[in-house]
Amino acid sequence: MASIRIGTASAWWGDRIEPAKLNAEQGDLDYLCFETMAEATISAAQVRKRRDPSFPGYDTYLDDRMQAVLPGCLKRGTRIVSNQGWINPDGAAERIVHWLRELGARGVKVAAVSGSLITDRVLDQTDTIPENGKPTASLTDSIVSAEAYLGAEPIVAALRDGAQIVVTTRVADPSLFLAPMMHQFGWDPLDHAHLGPGSAIGHVLECGAQCTGGYFADPGIKDVPEPWNLAFPIAEVDESGSAVISKVAGTGGAITAMTVKEQVLYEVHDPANYITPDVVVDFTTARLDEIGPDRVRISGVSGKPRTLTLKVSIGCTEGFIGEDMFFYAGPGALGRAKLARRILEERFKIVGLKAEDIRIDFIGVNAIHGAASPTDREEPYEVAVRVAARTLTREEANKIGREVDGMAISGVGMTGKRVPHQDRTREVIGVWSSLTPRAKVPWSINMYES
Amino acid sequence: MLMQLRNVAHVRSGDKGNTACISVIAFSPELYELVREQLSASQFKAFYKGVIAGDVTRYEAPGLTALQFVAEGALGGGVSRSLCLDNYGKALCSAILAYPIEVPERLQNELRGL
Repeated sequence: MASIRIGTASAWWGDRIEPAKLNAEQGDLDYLCFETMAEATISAAQVRKRRDPSFPGYDTYLDDRMQAVLPGCLKRGTRIVSNQGWINPDGAAERIVHWLRELGARGVKVAAVSGSLITDRVLDQTDTIPENGKPTASLTDSIVSAEAYLGAEPIVAALRDGAQIVVTTRVADPSLFLAPMMHQFGWDPLDHAHLGPGSAIGHVLECGAQCTGGYFADPGIKDVPEPWNLAFPIAEVDESGSAVISKVAGTGGAITAMTVKEQVLYEVHDPANYITPDVVVDFTTARLDEIGPDRVRISGVSGKPRTLTLKVSIGCTEGFIGEDMFFYAGPGALGRAKLARRILEERFKIVGLKAEDIRIDFIGVNAIHGAASPTDREEPYEVAVRVAARTLTREEANKIGREVDGMAISGVGMTGKRVPHQDRTREVIGVWSSLTPRAKVPWSINMYES
Repeated sequence: MLMQLRNVAHVRSGDKGNTACISVIAFSPELYELVREQLSASQFKAFYKGVIAGDVTRYEAPGLTALQFVAEGALGGGVSRSLCLDNYGKALCSAILAYPIEVPERLQNELRGL
């Protein structure tokens, strides 16, 4: 049976780069795939581009990542699929061509996939926001960006046209990994029986170390060997749609039924109906078998026909958040923190803070789980007071940092406080989701050559 | 014997918009049945004491010994709007580890972290 080896090179923008290089050099891969986007990546890039026209609009780590993996990939003939193009896949492709030439690699084809950005027509192509039931037209005045999630098809087309590297704008994460399988095994875009299991494998790979022992360890219950030396996963996929998840030998971490299960279920909501642009995946029929050390076979996943619509993310300006913190320790720390909170509450009245929402927490007590935190615990030895407020204007948000400044010498005894080393006010780009008819999102490919 | 969910299952959080997706994965098929019987969607929501503003839907995946809890309105408006220190809600799942689960003695060997 035909099979291919697909490896992960990143699971988000800030991911580590050494494991990508390791997969490129020692993974013996047919394909290496980068996933670098979060929900707000496109809208944040649009805002940055508007303020700073010199921002190229693709992954800010593109140079580092390509320099790390290109030598290994060129040597092995590994093809690369990447969503590092963000709002400028053509610019990213040209930059990759630059790095290929630097390495003396001529005649390598690099494809740029565009078409997901629909900012100028989003209100014509969408109706409602399922999350709040309002029409998308309610966002008219605040929209900065809108993008539809493309599927695997444009990547498959680029691979068919001979691209050695495909760099895309917004494409659904599992689709980046599914595309090589469709290309290699000749799976049809409507073949849900294969696209279901293929997308499931893509979903396991898209989060990188989250299936190889990352985001997993819990000492005494779930121990992970050498968690400082994790590898990114490799799937050995066969044409039936089952795969063995593995990693480069000699690395830390673990691949077990437990690590893979956590990733299978991660963010899929209804596990019987995980919707991607390509297919609807049913994970409830999946089988996970530990067939060797750090080797788990995933099989039995089902697929259902794809939906008629594509997901759309709409980024909107929604004001600002001001945030800062200061600290207490030793006997009576919590009491001093509570008095500090009271002072802040009174100060916010005095300076007339206009906030949409405000939150003052005690880190070490209730800052993570809020009201669900236990109230019967012994006092913490150390506690940080953290204050955050969402406001309509930057001026109001700035009041948070300014009032925390006041806590330095006009506050409570024994207050620990840093000199602000970063901007304490940030802009809020809220993201709303909607749906658009599939046919209204045509994609396009531009081919470049080194 | 009364145990914590921590000894019976492992958990992971994910986020989409303002919705948290919390997986509860039992360490064995027998323990899965216990969790299925003792942790309903409404019990799950109540345990979070108001942190989850919207509905909780529970999905069952017995083949994976897992329950999936999809909690709407749990993330303070979503990643970029949230005033919570943990704005992605990636640590949100750990609260449910303290949920009490009654486990018969015969399943003691399947528990972890004792």
